[in-house]
Amino acid sequence: MTENLVLAAAEVTPAASAAWLVIAIPLVSAGILLLAGRLADKWGHLLGVAASAASCVVACWVFFAMLAQPAAERAQDVVLGTWIAGGSFTLDLGLQIDQLSMAFVLLVTFVGTLIHIYSIAYMEHDPDRRRFFAYLNLFVAAMLTLVMADSYLVLFVGWEGVGLASYLLIGFWNYRTEYAVAAKKAFIANRVGDVGMLIAMMIMFSQFHTLSFSGVFAAAAHASPATLTLIGLALLLAACGKSAQFPLQSWLGDAMAGPTPVSALIHAATMVTAGVYLVVRSGPIFEHTANARLAVLIVGAITLLYGAIVGCAKDDMKKALAASTMSQIGYMMLAAGLGPVGGIFAIMHLLTHGFFKAGLFLGAGSVMHAMSDQVDMRRFGALDKFMRVTWLTMMAGWLAILGIPPFAGFFSKDKIIEQAFVPPDGQPWQAWVFGLVAMLGAGITAFYMSRLFFMVFQGKARWTDGQHPHESPPLMTVPMIILSLGSIGLGLVLTLVKFDEYLAPALVEGHHGEPVLNQYVIMGSTLALVVIGAWIAWVKFGTKTAVVPVLPPAADGLVRAARADLYQDTLNNALLVVPGQALVRGTTEVDEKVVDGAVRGIGALFQSIGSVVSRLQNGYVRSYAATMLAGVILLVAIVLAVQG
Amino acid sequence: MSVLAAPEIHIEWSALAPVLIVLGAAVVATLVEAFVPRQARRLVQVPLALLSVAAAGLVALQLALTASSSTTAAAQGNLAVDPMALYLQLAIAACSLLGLLVIADRTVQGEDAFAPQASAVPASEYEEQVRRAGWTQTDVFPLVLFAVGGMMLFPAATDLITLFVSLEVLSLPLYLLTGMARHRRLLSQEASLKYFLLGALASAFFLFGAAWVYGATGTLNLYVIQISVSSVTGLSPILVVGAVLILVGLLFKVGAVPFHAWTPDVYQGAPTVVTGFMAACTKIAAFGALLRVIYAMVPGLEWSLEPVLWTVAILTMVVGTVVGLVQKDVKRLLAYSAIAHAGFILVGVTAYSLEGLSGSLFYLFTYGISTVGAFGVLSLVREVDSDGHMRGEATGLDQWRGLGRRSPLLAGCFAIFLLSFAGIPLTSGFVAKFAVFGAAFGSGAAALGIVGLACSAAAAFFYARVIQVMFFDSPPDEEVRLTTVGPGIGVRTLGFTQIAIAVSLALTLVLGIVPGWFLSFTEELSSLLMLTR
Repeated sequence: MTENLVLAAAEVTPAASAAWLVIAIPLVSAGILLLAGRLADKWGHLLGVAASAASCVVACWVFFAMLAQPAAERAQDVVLGTWIAGGSFTLDLGLQIDQLSMAFVLLVTFVGTLIHIYSIAYMEHDPDRRRFFAYLNLFVAAMLTLVMADSYLVLFVGWEGVGLASYLLIGFWNYRTEYAVAAKKAFIANRVGDVGMLIAMMIMFSQFHTLSFSGVFAAAAHASPATLTLIGLALLLAACGKSAQFPLQSWLGDAMAGPTPVSALIHAATMVTAGVYLVVRSGPIFEHTANARLAVLIVGAITLLYGAIVGCAKDDMKKALAASTMSQIGYMMLAAGLGPVGGIFAIMHLLTHGFFKAGLFLGAGSVMHAMSDQVDMRRFGALDKFMRVTWLTMMAGWLAILGIPPFAGFFSKDKIIEQAFVPPDGQPWQAWVFGLVAMLGAGITAFYMSRLFFMVFQGKARWTDGQHPHESPPLMTVPMIILSLGSIGLGLVLTLVKFDEYLAPALVEGHHGEPVLNQYVIMGSTLALVVIGAWIAWVKFGTKTAVVPVLPPAADGLVRAARADLYQDTLNNALLVVPGQALVRGTTEVDEKVVDGAVRGIGALFQSIGSVVSRLQNGYVRSYAATMLAGVILLVAIVLAVQG
Repeated sequence: MSVLAAPEIHIEWSALAPVLIVLGAAVVATLVEAFVPRQARRLVQVPLALLSVAAAGLVALQLALTASSSTTAAAQGNLAVDPMALYLQLAIAACSLLGLLVIADRTVQGEDAFAPQASAVPASEYEEQVRRAGWTQTDVFPLVLFAVGGMMLFPAATDLITLFVSLEVLSLPLYLLTGMARHRRLLSQEASLKYFLLGALASAFFLFGAAWVYGATGTLNLYVIQISVSSVTGLSPILVVGAVLILVGLLFKVGAVPFHAWTPDVYQGAPTVVTGFMAACTKIAAFGALLRVIYAMVPGLEWSLEPVLWTVAILTMVVGTVVGLVQKDVKRLLAYSAIAHAGFILVGVTAYSLEGLSGSLFYLFTYGISTVGAFGVLSLVREVDSDGHMRGEATGLDQWRGLGRRSPLLAGCFAIFLLSFAGIPLTSGFVAKFAVFGAAFGSGAAALGIVGLACSAAAAFFYARVIQVMFFDSPPDEEVRLTTVGPGIGVRTLGFTQIAIAVSLALTLVLGIVPGWFLSFTEELSSLLMLTR
């Protein structure tokens, strides 16, 4: 099937050749909004929405034109021109139009448009609303570049673009220091991921002399397993940075500092799932390296449990949702590591998650709108009667993420859990470990999501003084209602239209294995765990008699650890920040002072000059000269040692 | 090829035209200083300098385009007129043309970047008189021309003595130019003295090394040394140590660690317009000479010298990046950035392959262009004191807070240069980094490539910090403004600097978005050079 991917460049349909418009429209709009400045304040948001909607319409056209083709000819590589034509390195600038990229494109443009509409009302009182829409458009354009790229290099352009847009949007309210700190944290984690991406590209470039998907995948079939494992691990590092996976997950919770529509679009539905896309897209590489696949599985499994545990203890509504996003992407990553069949369910879960998580975030934004921007769930409760639409749409999202049939999450998550029980590469122990982790994760998910839902909407009102909760305006509720329809029905619809058969041609061929447990046993036990988790949450937080303290009560070690993100920040601090600062301090000191101290006694030659000229700058010429001399001695010693 | 007694001296005038034009113009410019009345000097000097450098660049371009694979050994075999030399001469001419535009610029009040009379004691009565009389120091133009001439010779020299002479021809004017700042003169003179003393030390190492190499091989010509190296079985330690000492002299000029200590002080102290010129052109010239020495002399020695180059490259990248993280002055920050970039280019040099050479050549040109632009912006951002008078450059990072609102265009240009330094896609910096690190991965120096990638990821952090300061941090409030030095703001000038910034911005973006044609150009030149090796 790999050969199929390589030879897939069939004739380009008119619709596909217009696919570049999908990216160009929001990009141009972002340019106009940024350059026009204050002139565009009156109509800027409308242009932003129109651009996103137009992009969605073009995407639909391209999609349906693609569906009209026979399944084997759907994948098209639309070459727009030659980008780089060096002697040893040629790269066409092109778009990959296939089942995988189009599924993602539709998600990005459709959910993106809804969130644009929602933002009109949400950002109404912000003086910089135009700039906000410019960044959103920029993000959409970059995200579409990422998923429609036909080479790793073009993908990387989009990859950096979404990183930049995310950075700008997290720091949008940059006059608040903690938000600027959050933006910085996201920046660092993303840079670590970028190094992974660059290393992967460098290895591909030096080994295969190409960066296009078709070229790399063709070469991967003949490459050595060691090379492929290295590439796979580097790609995984990149995916971890972008998708907030262990051990680079700490930035996602802080990124919630940005405006809520941003959390919905970037940090739930689209950008953070780019890592999953990358791993699934690079299937032909991971196919040949069981070690890298195992690493993906481990990262996914750790993150899904990690996010779930952290989610149980968070009182900040958005941070609890962020932990849940992390955990759900862990599921996707796990599925992506299971091979091509898992990859299909990873993408399916990515789509359903895009809808229900975006819906949950927009619901959270609506609650914040009603409660004067508070996020502490301990000060909510009993909001169901005041915000009927928000309550119902969030209920749809809640049931979807729990995986209650027939809501969307059931069809995608249950499949992932079932697939996790299939022994990969004939290794039953893996099936038991990852299957049980995935199942356990579902139970914990049920607990923390129910906790969130009940603390916000049920129980007794624990509001701070002077709150007058009210339903949000239609510009906000309509997008929420549309997304909730997706939360309810998308899973069923995707199953009915046989999404797995649709997507399969875009991936390498996989074979369906048998799970180590009967699939109905798996489904039944998962549902039982989910119901138990939700019931515990109901007893503790949902009933009218449940007592929820307005201040977090004293708790045992595990809860304290979960509240502190399982000490990830402390660990990062000890492992990275402190040594990093020591390195900076040490190097700076050596660079500026130490040599000076060492030669103060023998620097008589430069003494007079030094004392005259050293008033303004802290460096003495004599110490600079001594550094040079030491350097010369070092280099000569090295060279003689090698000689010897 | 013979360097031994040649009965008839033969000079290849046309092949040497780029250098001769610049040095000839420099001599004429010196005469202008002597014979043209003070008021008219600037009017003569500026066009003379600009035209001669532009002409030299055009001739170099013409020669490069028609270059054949055979190396023309000119001036008794002391100079090589080969594709690499011509390309680097072209790059030096382009960067110094932009640099000269910035140097020649002055504010609408008629104030340029240089002390009215460099010989006046700072803050003396005489200085004040000269300033009132409105004198300007037009000697900077011949000085710059001499420096450019030396730089153009540097990568073409194939003989250790010629190499040394061109090193001094390019260095001496730079020492003087460093000490001629109009504002903060003591800082400037201190920097000049430091640069001179350390430069003299580095030159001494170079000469010492040349003597050792001569002692070991009996010749000073790089290509003859190469032949004698390959014929000798068992390398003599004298030769190897001599080669290391020669490298030290060159590594000093590129600002590689541990020979970098002068860089921050000199970058900070020199007039900003000179810093930009120096940072771009010296780097191109010195790396050109380094490439020449490594590709001409080192074959046969590479196994011995590789650990040395690895050590220096890693140290340079790490120190430049790490110390850059804590800088609070924009000029010093760019100085450490220059050190880090020297390390990145060294990765390409150390890769020692066609891709490495081609990548280094691409990197040098694009980095030089962006550097001139960045320092051009820096020269325009001035302090305003509480009375509203323009003062010297505002280089403190604090003074740049909110620059994006006061001078959005300048700040926007600077942001793009910084993104290019950080190696973000769609800027020339990304392509350049990709080229050199890719070459490292391709030639078995993957470890160097990984260190480079990690450092450039970390370095992106301090560039992003400047962008954040310019656009996101609010300007210092009124109270702070009155008690400390004022915030920076764009100054109005004759417009030369703006032209230079626009050109370098355009090149930074064009070579980032459509780099193919230029990459294949450098690759073709490199393959010609590798053939002749």
